[in-house]
Amino acid sequence: MENNLLEVHRLKKYYPITGGLLGRTIGHVKAVDDVSFSIQKGETFGLVGESGSGKSTTGRTILRLLEKTEGEVRFQGIDVHALNRQELRALRPRMQYIFQDPYSSLNPRVRIGEALGEALLDHGLLPQAEVRERVLEVMALCGLATYHVDRYPHEFSGGQRQRIGIARAIMMNPDFIVADEPVSALDVSIQAQIINLFAELQEQRKLTYLFISHDLSVVEHLCTRIGVMYLGSLLELAPRDELFLEPLHPYTKALLSSVPLPIPKKKRERIVLQGDMPSPANPPTGCKFHTRCPYVKDICRQEVPAFREVSTDRFVACHLV
Amino acid sequence: MASTVSEIAEVTRPEQVALRSSLWHEAFLRLKKKRLAMVGLVFLLVMAAVCFIGPFFSPYASGKINTAMINKPPSFSHWLGTDSLGRDILTRLMQAGRISLTVGIASMVLSVSIGALLGALAGFYRGWVDQVIMRVADVLMTIPGLPLLFIMGAVLSEWKIPTDYRIYIVMVMLSLIGWPGLARMVRSQMLTLRESEFMQAAEVLGLRDRRKLFFHLLPNLTPLLIVVATLNVGGAILSESVLSYFGLGVVPPTPTWGNMMDAANTLIDFQKRPWLWVPPGIAIFATVISINLLGDGLRDALDPKQKR
Repeated sequence: MENNLLEVHRLKKYYPITGGLLGRTIGHVKAVDDVSFSIQKGETFGLVGESGSGKSTTGRTILRLLEKTEGEVRFQGIDVHALNRQELRALRPRMQYIFQDPYSSLNPRVRIGEALGEALLDHGLLPQAEVRERVLEVMALCGLATYHVDRYPHEFSGGQRQRIGIARAIMMNPDFIVADEPVSALDVSIQAQIINLFAELQEQRKLTYLFISHDLSVVEHLCTRIGVMYLGSLLELAPRDELFLEPLHPYTKALLSSVPLPIPKKKRERIVLQGDMPSPANPPTGCKFHTRCPYVKDICRQEVPAFREVSTDRFVACHLV
Repeated sequence: MASTVSEIAEVTRPEQVALRSSLWHEAFLRLKKKRLAMVGLVFLLVMAAVCFIGPFFSPYASGKINTAMINKPPSFSHWLGTDSLGRDILTRLMQAGRISLTVGIASMVLSVSIGALLGALAGFYRGWVDQVIMRVADVLMTIPGLPLLFIMGAVLSEWKIPTDYRIYIVMVMLSLIGWPGLARMVRSQMLTLRESEFMQAAEVLGLRDRRKLFFHLLPNLTPLLIVVATLNVGGAILSESVLSYFGLGVVPPTPTWGNMMDAANTLIDFQKRPWLWVPPGIAIFATVISINLLGDGLRDALDPKQKR
């Protein structure tokens, strides 16, 4: 486990539901419920799942944008949630976040040159005189025209803004980046450009990504290992090729069968799930997926399946595998 | 790989190199398109110019009493007539404008500074800081403003404060009752802003509190502050007039628009000598209306997301 850049151990993030006259806690929304995985140096770990499955909450809790409820996050051996404010601030440059919405994650009143350079200044990583030069360099690297440096965010298109978001994340030469659905707000042609940019930057700078997405084809293109989330829990975790060739969990099978094939006329067996994802405030007993699983057995309704390693580096939480 | 990047840069390059834009410049361009706001702005500038420069061109000293010229209607030598002590109304009106505008602007600056600072601190730090500041604001807001000012004015009269100082004390009084409303607005805006995605981004970058506050949060508050400040000036001028009208603010012989109207406080003045009270009334009315028009225009113009 020497190579693990990030280890997430039994991470939980619950939001209290308050009610009644006195505002007592009457329940919890289990946004992230007992998630464990590790990410190796230089890999791209994909986290997929429907909306509301807790992918983003996981990403944000890992970087401590949200406080955990239970569990542990170790980044290069450091327990992120045990740091005090100063220590956390010092660690920030090493792990960055790319936001889903490039519109709202940029301050409308700050020129992008300043938005990109301010962290370098604030952390004292570069003297003031060199900051602008570095900003221009990274802008060019991210495919932004350098003469746009003094513009405001509202003067850019969606794709350009996402490039700014990426530029801001790599500005301080981080080791690890959580990319939270970075392409889902963009149209398809721009998506391809941005995904290629991710790949190029990874090659150049030996970056490690946690790539959160609901788009399986994007994840297949970019990721080395993939975790499938459902209702706050990981159901399956496997290297990309194995997951796509031979999915083990019924949910993963259903997900993969929804991806359109690039070969016309070739038909694939389509597994259509019935109903919606249950509420994370009141998850089903036993296996969380049993309400929609086509192969459901009695044991699924009663016992929570363990998230176990079925073969090398393949984890699955299902009674039937 | 380098080639793809430079290709993309090529594609996004327009024919002309754009000029370095400025949000303030754009906002001013948008403001220029709003006719009513511009009317207000021009009127205010003219009013200020007349009040501050005008008296130098007047042949009459503002406090000069002339018993031969009591209560004369407008004429060529006295364009707006004279008052019960034979003083030239136009000269006094301009002198009064200086004081009214100064009091209005100064008490606005004070109340906006206090309100913005306290509101920003409450919203940014929350917890007990928030509790203390907002409870003080609540208490101040539960006390009706006008009676409070009356009481304070009466106390000042009792203490025999020299009239020159009373102007400053009036400013402080006005700003002391003026800040809680603004502090609340700033606080709520602050609470919204600190939850915004770009503040999450600032957190991820590990920026210091100081930078978050002064570089990210306050610039987003300035449009609100400018609008509120503008409208506050109008309010302060009105309050000062009300106070002076009741003889509790600036007291004669120092003229203000309010106490000039107060001086015409008899039925016979009201019925027979409109030149005593109409000009200061119109001055107050027009100034406050102009300020409100300008404030409304600024509100729209300062939103950077708005398209021209």
